[in-house]
Amino acid sequence: MRILLEARREPSRLARWLSPIVATLAVLLIGFVLFTAMGKDPWQAMYTFFIDPIDERYKAAELLLKASPIMLCAIGLAVGYRANVWNIGAEGQLIMGAICGGGIALAFQDIETRWVLPLMLLAGMAGGMLWAAIPALLRTRFNANEILVSLMLVYVASLVLSLLVHGAWRDPEGFNFPQSKMFAEHALLPNLVPDTRLNVGFLIALAAVAAGWLFMRKSLPGFQMRVAGLAPAAANYAGISANRTVWMGMLIGGGCAGLAGIGEVAGPVGQLLPVISPGYGFAAIIVAFVGRLHPLGIFFASLLMSLLYLGGEAAQMKLALPSSVTGLFQGTLLLFLLAADVFIHYRLRIVRAPAAAARPA
Amino acid sequence: MDTAAQLVLLTLAAGTPLVFAALGELVTEKSGVLNLGVEGMMLVGAVVAFIVAANTKSPWLGVVAGIAAGAALSLVFALVTLTLQANQVASGLALSLFGVGLSAFVGLSYVSVVIDPIRPIAIAGLSDLPVLGKLLFAHNPLVYVSLVLFAAIQWFLFHTRAGLVLRAVGESPQSAHAIGYPVVRIRYAAVMFGGACAGLAGAYLSIVYNPSWVEGMTAGRGWIALALVVFATWKPWRVLAGAYLFGGVTLAQFQAQGLGVEIPAQYLSMLPYVATIVVLAIISRDAATIKLNAPASLGRPFHPDG
Repeated sequence: MRILLEARREPSRLARWLSPIVATLAVLLIGFVLFTAMGKDPWQAMYTFFIDPIDERYKAAELLLKASPIMLCAIGLAVGYRANVWNIGAEGQLIMGAICGGGIALAFQDIETRWVLPLMLLAGMAGGMLWAAIPALLRTRFNANEILVSLMLVYVASLVLSLLVHGAWRDPEGFNFPQSKMFAEHALLPNLVPDTRLNVGFLIALAAVAAGWLFMRKSLPGFQMRVAGLAPAAANYAGISANRTVWMGMLIGGGCAGLAGIGEVAGPVGQLLPVISPGYGFAAIIVAFVGRLHPLGIFFASLLMSLLYLGGEAAQMKLALPSSVTGLFQGTLLLFLLAADVFIHYRLRIVRAPAAAARPA
Repeated sequence: MDTAAQLVLLTLAAGTPLVFAALGELVTEKSGVLNLGVEGMMLVGAVVAFIVAANTKSPWLGVVAGIAAGAALSLVFALVTLTLQANQVASGLALSLFGVGLSAFVGLSYVSVVIDPIRPIAIAGLSDLPVLGKLLFAHNPLVYVSLVLFAAIQWFLFHTRAGLVLRAVGESPQSAHAIGYPVVRIRYAAVMFGGACAGLAGAYLSIVYNPSWVEGMTAGRGWIALALVVFATWKPWRVLAGAYLFGGVTLAQFQAQGLGVEIPAQYLSMLPYVATIVVLAIISRDAATIKLNAPASLGRPFHPDG
C-alpha cells in the first residue's frame, strides 16, 4: 500500500481555511506534550498559557494592546506578499518608525500642542516607509534581492536606535541608563478603555485592517498587485509595472510597520529604549501567512499571536517556564501551517495494488 | 610582518563560519532549492553543539552533534517543501523563525556555562616559524576542515558525475526526471548537506570562535551567507573569497577599538550589514550575469506528476 499525493483540479477553499486551524491545534498538542515532558501538569500549564491571560477585563485589553502592532505590521506585509514582494524587514521598519516618531515627541517635549501626536504618527509612518524604500530602490534599480536587504536593515535599524539612546537622545537625568526621557502626556496615545492600558492604537490597527481590505478588494492598484502576484506574466502583458508593484508593496508594508513602531513607543512603552519590540515585525510574517494574507484572517491570527506572547509571560511568572517557549510555538505554528497547506493543491490517494497501477510516476 | 600574519589568522577565523554556511547553501541551491533557513539551522547547530560539548566535555562530539542538528532541521524543511510542496521562501523563513525560537528555548540554562573549546593546532617548531608558521600552521583545526570542504565541493560539483547530476537537477528537474534520476531524493540529499554545513557553521561559532551560548549569537551570519552565494554567482571559490572579505569587515570592529579610534561601537557593528547590502546591489545590478549563473529552477517546486 502506498500513499500518493494527487494534484487537485482546483485549489480547495476548505483546506485553505482549515489549515490554520489544524496548525493551531497541532501547536496546542505540541505544547501539551512539551509541558508534560517538562514535568508540569499539562492541563494547568495549558490553562496558564492560553486561558489565564484573558480571563479578566484588564488582561483581555492587554491582548488587544499587544495584538495592535502585530496586526498593523501583518496587514502591511500581506499587501506586499500578495504581489510576491517579500518584505521580511518589518521589524526594522517598526524600529525606524519609533525613532522618527519618537524624535518628534522628544523635540516637542515642552511644547504642548494637540498637533504633536498626529505629527508623530505621520513621522513614524514616514520613517517606516523610508526604511522600506531602501530595499524597494535597490530591488527596482539594482535588482538586489529584497528579502536579504530588508532583513539586513533590521540589524542596522536596531543599531541606530541603540546609538541614539546611548548617545544623543539619552535622558540626562536617567542615571546613565540607555533610555530617552519619558514622553510628555500630550505625546502619548489617548487611552481607550478606562482602567486598562488599551489605547487608540488599537483603533488605528483596526482601521488599517479595514483599509487593507478596501485596497486589496476594491481598488485598481490592489487588483493589479494581486494579478502581479498570481500571474506575473499576465500582469506584465497587461502593462502592470513590476517596479511599481514592488514600490507599493514595500511602502505600504513599511508605512504600517512604522505606524506600529510609533504606536508602541507612544503607547505602552512611553519612551525610547534600546529594545522596543519583542519581535513583532517577525511575528507579523507568521500572522500574515496564518491569516491567509486576508484582512479578517490577519485580525484573528494577530489575536492568537498576541495570546502566545502573553501566555509565554504568564507561564514564566506562574510556572517558571521559560518565556522563550513563545518563539518556539510561533515557529512551530508557521511550519505546521505550511505543511498542512499541501491539502490546498493536493489530496491523498491510497493505492493498494502495486505502485504500477497508479498513474505513471 | 607578524601583525599582518596575525590579521590574516583572525580574518580566516572570522570568515570560516560564513564559508561553512555559504558553501552548504551553495550546494543546496545548485540542486534548485532555496533554503532561507540558514540562520535558524546555524543557531540550532550552535546551541546543540554547545550543549553536547558542555555535557560530554568533548568539543569534537559537540561539533558532530551540531552537524547532526543542522541536518535534522533541514530535513524538516525538505519534508515541507519537497514532499509537501510548500513555498520555499515561506518555509525557509519559517525554519529561521523556528530555529531562533527553538535555540533560545533549549539553550536557556546554558547561557553562562563555560566549555573547553577546540584550540588552534600548534605543531611544535612549525607553528613558531616567523610569519609563515602562523600563516600556515597556527589555525584552528576547523579552519582547515573548511578549506578541505571547499576543495571537496569544488571537485564534486565540477569534476564528478554525481556533481553533474546535481547541477542538472537544479537546472532542469523535468529533464533529469525524464532521464530517470530521482530528483526529489537528490534534492533531499542536497538540502540535508546544506543543513549539516549550517549546523557546522553554528558549532564553529559556539565552540571555537566565541566559546559560549548567547541567544541569537549568529547575529545575521546565516543571512549574510545567503547573500554571499549570490555575490559569488554560485561559484565556490568566490564564496571563499567573499567569506574572508566579510570576515575582515567583521574584524574592523575590534581592530578600530584596538587602535583607539573614537567612534561609537554601533557604527562599526553596522558595517557587515551595510557592506552586504552594498555588495549585493553592485553584484545584482548585472541582472544578466545573475540569471545566467543562478540554477534555472531555483526556488521552484517540483512534483514528479507535474
